[in-house]
Amino acid sequence: MPDLLIDDISMRFDLPGGGIVEALKNVTLHLKEGELLSVLGPSGCGKTTLLNILAGFLAPTEGRIMLGDHRVTGPDAERGMVFQQGALFEWMSVRENVGFGPRMAGVKAAERRETVDHLLDVVGLAQFKEKAVYELSGGMQQRVALARCLANDPDVVLMDEPLGALDALTREKMQGLVLKLWKETGKTVILITHSVEEALLLGERLIVMAPRPGRIHQTYELPFAEMGVGQDLREVKKHPDFAKTREEILSMIWEMEEEIMGRNEGAHA
Amino acid sequence: MTPFLLGDLAAEFVSVLRTILYAAPYILGYILLILAALALYSLARRILRPASDFRSLKTVTFGDESAVRSNGVASVVSVVLIFVLWAAFTGSALLPSWLHAPGAFTGTGSFTYTVTLPDGRSDDATVEVLVYPRESEAEAPEVAPGEGFAKNDSIAIAEYRSELLRVDRNDELGRDEGAEITAIDGQPVAPGESVRVGFGRVALSGKGTPNIIPATGMQMEPIWLPAPETVWQRLTEIASTGYRNSTLWEHLGYSLFRVIVGFALGAMVGIPLGYAMGLSDWFRGWFDPIVEFMRPVPPLALIPLVIIWAGIGEVGKIILLFLAALWIMAIAARSGVSGVAISKVHAAYSLGASKWQVLRHVIIPNSLPEIFTGARVAMGVCWGTVVAAELVAAEKGAGMMIMVASKFQSTDIVIMGIVLIGIIGFGIDMLMRRAERWLVPWKGRG
Ligand SMILES: Nc1ncnc2c1ncn2[C@@H]1O[C@H](COP(=O)(O)OP(=O)(O)O)[C@@H](O)[C@H]1O
Ligand SMILES: [Mg+2]
Repeated sequence: MPDLLIDDISMRFDLPGGGIVEALKNVTLHLKEGELLSVLGPSGCGKTTLLNILAGFLAPTEGRIMLGDHRVTGPDAERGMVFQQGALFEWMSVRENVGFGPRMAGVKAAERRETVDHLLDVVGLAQFKEKAVYELSGGMQQRVALARCLANDPDVVLMDEPLGALDALTREKMQGLVLKLWKETGKTVILITHSVEEALLLGERLIVMAPRPGRIHQTYELPFAEMGVGQDLREVKKHPDFAKTREEILSMIWEMEEEIMGRNEGAHA
Repeated sequence: MTPFLLGDLAAEFVSVLRTILYAAPYILGYILLILAALALYSLARRILRPASDFRSLKTVTFGDESAVRSNGVASVVSVVLIFVLWAAFTGSALLPSWLHAPGAFTGTGSFTYTVTLPDGRSDDATVEVLVYPRESEAEAPEVAPGEGFAKNDSIAIAEYRSELLRVDRNDELGRDEGAEITAIDGQPVAPGESVRVGFGRVALSGKGTPNIIPATGMQMEPIWLPAPETVWQRLTEIASTGYRNSTLWEHLGYSLFRVIVGFALGAMVGIPLGYAMGLSDWFRGWFDPIVEFMRPVPPLALIPLVIIWAGIGEVGKIILLFLAALWIMAIAARSGVSGVAISKVHAAYSLGASKWQVLRHVIIPNSLPEIFTGARVAMGVCWGTVVAAELVAAEKGAGMMIMVASKFQSTDIVIMGIVLIGIIGFGIDMLMRRAERWLVPWKGRG
């Protein structure tokens, strides 16, 4: 599987009333094949914009994305995406949702069935194959979304707060599942999250982004994801380094948020 | 805007208010009936089934929307009551007569009038009044002339009618001699006034002629509202022998046929048009002014133009219904397409779908619930429009049937037609809802 290169990306949006937003400025990152990167940052720092560029939904105003030896110019099955919620097709059963990618690619029904059955086993939804997706709970729906993404066997998996809408307990379980799937499939994963804990638990590398202009503020190399594979994640959280890093990142984001609020108040005054 | 217009409108408004005021006692009575039935029902329930189900244990029910469900008993009572009231106020044979509202006076009555001459002399005479049922005929009864210069009279009046009677035509000294009626049944009266008598009322016209008005009671004349059984009889009669050279089923079938064909054509053009508007800014720009202008034009306003262009045949009707359905379906399809969550479209592209596959597997299914809602609205509008169009001009159809019937004052056919039109409209909506639940079960669950 190929490496992913984010090569000096900038993204500017023109505002309707004149003026521009620098959603991203000179962002450069090199992800090795099979790496799991988590992305943190206050809202508005360009996380979603970055992911949309990676998925190919947006073309950056400057810079380029390389996946292996070719340039990313649009959406493609090689880069799968898991959304926060509401991206499942409610007119299809669980099985049809998961089999969507292969079906679009023209995979034969019998073969497709095998892939889908296997993936639904892996995410623990074997009994729910024929259900309508709106009959499932939020956590189950996100498992369907994960399975649907993996059914295409993408090189890169992009996740924009995939667990953001789940309750705390379900979320913990899903974190374990994400970690397990990442290790088993060896895919390159980029995970945007609002939870510092989640970013620490799942990311081999973690970037903290800062807003205006959106940029990479700080990078961490983390041991916790490796520790956590096949482990009780709560044990990992007890590690002294875990708490220390968490506090450090939290106060960093706090400071940024304060600064944003201060700036907004200044602008209003 | 002239001040006269404002004055006219004010007068109209006052007369509307007056009508409402006349109706107020009946409305009040109806509300009291509702409350009385509720009190009875509550009492019966308390006696028969002590409260213990989940809803009756709620302490807050007023304002809790979930505690309000349609009460089946109320619905049944309400519908039955409509028929009972209908029967009571039409003197229907379906009800025992003690449940009837007071009917019009029939039979014989009489009153005396007192004539006074300019010189102060006066005399009394009696008028015999025979009120006969409308279906029969009757002669004025024979009466003896009696004593004095004023002679006794008699008159026969049909039920629900009133008549002016020149009582002085047989008097020795009449109006020409300056005689004036000054009292009726001993009660003083002047021109323009009226007096209650045993069988109703007698009013004096401006010239002093008695206008004899037998009581009409509280029942409706069949020409206003026929009894339920009359309507039913008419239904069975028309169902077997037809009306205006067509059977009942032909009339209804023609109306339905027009609706279905017009709607189908409207949907066949409107849905692709809506998709084009939802998917391409050029098409959106092109058709927006047309659709936004045509949408608020009521289809009924197009009837005259359609008649001028296409005549009163099937083509005109179908063009009209096509137009009625077209804009609704186009707008429904457009908003169905615009309403697709961008994350679903993005997800599909990321899963390797092509543009056509996104259209086929995401955009179209995603728009179906909206299209179904639009279809329900369009079918309702088409049904209303076809009836209205047939009222204006048609050779067959439900609307034509009741329009012709109204010209012949066959109120029973008019009411039968209205009821059938209502039932069919309701049936169409039920079918559409059933189809919706079956075909787009994910509606509202996205
Ligand atoms: N389509 C757009 N047009 C204008 N501004 C945009 C657009 N998309 C995002 N932005 C702006 O870019 C910045 C980054 O947005 P986003 O990537 O959504 O942030 P995040 O996901 O980190 O919360 C924000 O200030 C946002 O207002
Ligand atoms: Mg975001």
